[in-house]
Amino acid sequence: MLSPSAASDAAAGTLNIPRRRRSAFLASMRRNPLGIAGLVIIAFVALVALFAPIISPYGPTEQVTSRLLEPSSDHLLGTDEFGRDIFSRVLYGSRISLYVGLVSVSLALAVGGSVGMIAGYFGGRVDNLLMRFVDILFAIPSLVLAIVIAGLLGPNLTNAMIAIGIVYAPIYARLVRGEVLAVRNHQYIESARATGVGDLGMITRHILPNIMAPLIVQTTLLLSTAILAEAALSFLGLGTQPPEPSWGTMLGSGRRYMELTPWVAIAPGIAIVITVLGFNLLGDGLRDALDPRLRGSE
Amino acid sequence: MSQYLLKRLALVIPTLIGTSLIVFFLLRLLPGDIVDILFGGDPQVNVQTMEKIRESMGLNKPIVVQYAEWAGGLLRGDAGLSMRTGIPVSESIARSMPVTLQLGIMAIFLACIFAIPLGVLSAVRRNGMSDLITRLIGLVGLSFPAFWLATMFLLISSTVFRWVPPLRWVSPFEDFGQNMQIMIVPSILLALQPMAIIMRMTRASMLEVLGQDYIRTAYAKGLRERFVLSRHALQNAFIPVLTVIGVQFGVLLGGSVIIEQIFSLPGVAFFLLSGIYNRDYPVVQSTVLFLSFLFILVNLAVDVLYGYVDPRIRHA
Repeated sequence: MLSPSAASDAAAGTLNIPRRRRSAFLASMRRNPLGIAGLVIIAFVALVALFAPIISPYGPTEQVTSRLLEPSSDHLLGTDEFGRDIFSRVLYGSRISLYVGLVSVSLALAVGGSVGMIAGYFGGRVDNLLMRFVDILFAIPSLVLAIVIAGLLGPNLTNAMIAIGIVYAPIYARLVRGEVLAVRNHQYIESARATGVGDLGMITRHILPNIMAPLIVQTTLLLSTAILAEAALSFLGLGTQPPEPSWGTMLGSGRRYMELTPWVAIAPGIAIVITVLGFNLLGDGLRDALDPRLRGSE
Repeated sequence: MSQYLLKRLALVIPTLIGTSLIVFFLLRLLPGDIVDILFGGDPQVNVQTMEKIRESMGLNKPIVVQYAEWAGGLLRGDAGLSMRTGIPVSESIARSMPVTLQLGIMAIFLACIFAIPLGVLSAVRRNGMSDLITRLIGLVGLSFPAFWLATMFLLISSTVFRWVPPLRWVSPFEDFGQNMQIMIVPSILLALQPMAIIMRMTRASMLEVLGQDYIRTAYAKGLRERFVLSRHALQNAFIPVLTVIGVQFGVLLGGSVIIEQIFSLPGVAFFLLSGIYNRDYPVVQSTVLFLSFLFILVNLAVDVLYGYVDPRIRHA
């Protein structure tokens, strides 16, 4: 195979995988209709989030008319207990969910990934100490820990993201450590070391690209978990605060009125399900495409 | 086997100590205590008075001393008094924990009895109709938040069937039928997500095992499919499934906090949440530690089961 051009290298982005493997990946994704469906769903939700101000008929916190209206051509899903348009609020809610997902999972990846990398790469006592700590964090049920952290930090969106980021960090710590241990003794690492590559260069240039696949799969699946966790925290009143249109908050405060206007409880739930399903489908598809063990068995 | 068991048991104690340290210091690291919450906005209570109240509650003692007092009390079965109500925390936990525990056990049981057979079926009839349906159920179960399904259930039951769940909780030892009426729906809803995850793991693990040479050998020597699947395949595929069941129990404990709130069940949720709002340290730290203890026990049971399922682990 010809050496890949610089342009296609850039196209591969951070993945940095050779062209043949990339085309195998693409072919495998194409054979995976559920994964593609997930990608389409997420693209749809992302577009809604991006264009929410253009496509929603009203502002998310605008009290437009009478309270608790039935669905009509003016208000597709009716209005809530403050006379706000439910449809517009659900559209805007996608912004909060995607934002929370991205920020909290990035936080978990940065903290947990670093811990796992240090533990796996340096090994020995550092590894022992860090991983015992991670083991203990695993012993506390994660949603319980998130509820405690978010509740004590003070209920708001930022603190909910911090809480979610912290409780899912151990997952990355364990995953990254395991993957690093698996590649650490490969020959290419040894040869890189022989040519005088330092620790930092070794981690960023040689180890990270080779453990990317499981990280991508885990990140996709964790995005769905994080979005669910934010909805749960907000539902309990420990996350996004009213009047911000978080799906969990809408469900939590709207359910008192749902016998009058059921859409106030139905719509945000459907939005959560669609988004989470999208990430789960994509995560599954990526796993099938990126995990060579599973690909071999097809 | 007994040596393996002892090793596992010995790990429980340091994990518990570690958990208690993390929970204890986390609470004190985060801003605000009960005195701030109760009197913070009150202009009639000045800083000196607030300090006096802290002193009377033991909140101004060195933090290490506070930890030692709490941990020492726990060893004697005394989790301290609630700073808000003065009721012994151990009493409140003993009253509310059975509800949470029943919910968790029923949910994990329901999840397993559906998930494992379906996962096996899905793997054996791979890419067939039943596989497709099971995988879809798996994805759906993974994506539907239990608190939304619970809300929908209450919406439908109250508007369509004019039925609301009984308000007073009854112990299963008092009136089993009445108890089931209250508990069955919450535990089914709580079971959906773990069911999906356990089913997916059973499928994946079975698929991996079914591709092994010894399965082909077992078929080649004329064993019946039923026998090959149960004795050769499932037994070998069971280790990762067990791990996931253990992990899911922890997820259930978290999920039950929300389900209990929705169905107004007198489990730990209300106790824990009001403890958090009030910065009631003894309540929060002891409840979280107790939930972690349950989780650790379940994982210990999983470890022990590993030994039974897989002789390699037992003798290693």
